[in-house]
Amino acid sequence: MTEMVVEASKAIALAAKLCRPKVIPMYPITPQTHIVENLAEIINNGELDAEIIHAESEHSACSALLGAQASGIRTFSATASQGLALMFEVLPIVAGNRMPCVMAVANRALSAPINIWNDHSDAVSVRDQGWIQIYVESTQEAIDTLIQLYRVCESKEVMLPGMLCIDGFTLSHVYERAFVPDQSEVDEFLPEYKPLNILDPANPITMGPIAFPNSYMEFKKMQHEAMLLAKKEIEKANQEFGKKFGRKYGNGLIETYRMEDAKYAIIGMGTLIGTARTVVDKLREKKKKVGLIKLRSLRPFPDEKLRKAIEGLKGLAVIDRHISVGYEGPLYTDLRSAFYGSKLTLSNYIAGLGGRDITAAHIEKVFIDLMNGKSGGWLL
Amino acid sequence: MVLKEVRIHGRGGQGAVTSSQVLAVAAFYDGKYCQAFPSFGVERRGAPVEAFTRISDKPILARNHVYAPDFVLVLDPTLADCVDVGKGLKKDGIVIINTNKSAKDFEGKIGGKVVTVDMTKVAMDIIGKPFVNIIALGAFAAITKEIKLESVFKAIDQEFSHKKEVGELNKKAAEELYKKVKGV
Repeated sequence: MTEMVVEASKAIALAAKLCRPKVIPMYPITPQTHIVENLAEIINNGELDAEIIHAESEHSACSALLGAQASGIRTFSATASQGLALMFEVLPIVAGNRMPCVMAVANRALSAPINIWNDHSDAVSVRDQGWIQIYVESTQEAIDTLIQLYRVCESKEVMLPGMLCIDGFTLSHVYERAFVPDQSEVDEFLPEYKPLNILDPANPITMGPIAFPNSYMEFKKMQHEAMLLAKKEIEKANQEFGKKFGRKYGNGLIETYRMEDAKYAIIGMGTLIGTARTVVDKLREKKKKVGLIKLRSLRPFPDEKLRKAIEGLKGLAVIDRHISVGYEGPLYTDLRSAFYGSKLTLSNYIAGLGGRDITAAHIEKVFIDLMNGKSGGWLL
Repeated sequence: MVLKEVRIHGRGGQGAVTSSQVLAVAAFYDGKYCQAFPSFGVERRGAPVEAFTRISDKPILARNHVYAPDFVLVLDPTLADCVDVGKGLKKDGIVIINTNKSAKDFEGKIGGKVVTVDMTKVAMDIIGKPFVNIIALGAFAAITKEIKLESVFKAIDQEFSHKKEVGELNKKAAEELYKKVKGV
């Protein structure tokens, strides 16, 4: 393990390299991050034996990802914003074919108005397409989670694709200290990919054929059940990674902060949690019983763990970095459903859209609102 | 926890973002935690840009923008006329400006303590080009005492690992600025 100051995008490229993908399809133009740029350099330097496919669009990049994975190898890609939107058509095909592709998504706003900055509208909009989605807070967590994701996605019970969701700019362009594991350590943690089925001209099989109404639902049900089983695999990967590398992120699905005797808490995803930690510390010094819940896994959704985490709470504010236009924050909707029947007071804040900074003052206001029984709103 | 926040003002192409990163690496060599990030604007050559560095004894959790810097580093003297370089500066904060003017010339214009250093002259004398983004860290080390000069050297070595000669010139100029500020 080597500690260095590294840009999160580069750290993710280094972590991807350690996972030994054989093919990396990419659309290298805006809205792309430095992740694929760094991987191109790594491959050019002869540090990774992999093939880059320069696709003519993200739609093609995702199609190539699917095709390459079907040939029985491990793959990687990265995209963001409109790029993920353009991949939309292929995303459920990757998942429905049970291809454990792994992709990093630097979460950025969708146009219009044109905006290149961070929010979660890209990834949350594709939430229901059968990809595991894990949102992270720091460079270290991004490195560690990417390595874990391959294990989760490729486990026989799961066989589903996964997205590592990192906040665009707010994390992707940040330089900070992080430990990058050694190849031998990752090789021990992440065994070689063993495909269940291989698309091979010498041994032809059909992948992705039509499923008539008499069988389509069964396929979808199996996919859903596999996604639910992924919860256990995410926990297991986090646990075993922790044993080997000494770093764990809560139970893998959620991470709580100062929740022991908390009466009021905030839940959210990604980098806003870091800033919120500083506010919780400050309020704790003033004897306020406040805490935090970081949701790592949006899909599969850890409803049981969340119900456990809110025991004893009076109020919980949900900060969504996305708006389901015409209704409310999608995370809020999920949580209200998970907490149905509970006496907990829930409120919803829409924040950080299009790169609007989520400040410590914002977070503090949310806690004060919570303690005063006020409802949510937009953190402008 | 001692957390110091730094804002660097430059013009697009001047290397302010690189300054923030090299400063973070220097802090790392000092055994500190660090975080560097640009202001995420639209990049245009010559336009005012900002970059930020956080330095701390403990892991840095905050990921919001820097609003109340302890130190401000201004790489281009003309920026002080068109950008509020003292914005949000902490009460005992310091603004370091690369200029041949004296600190008195900025009195009343910038809230807080101003230190001026003619970095461009040193850059021209030693490097032969007006690149101040890296060497400014020598002045920064001397004025703020937040990072060691040796750590700045190590960070420069890392930044210029592929252009060692340029790195050496930057180190020499950074040391010259360090000495100039220290008055030795």
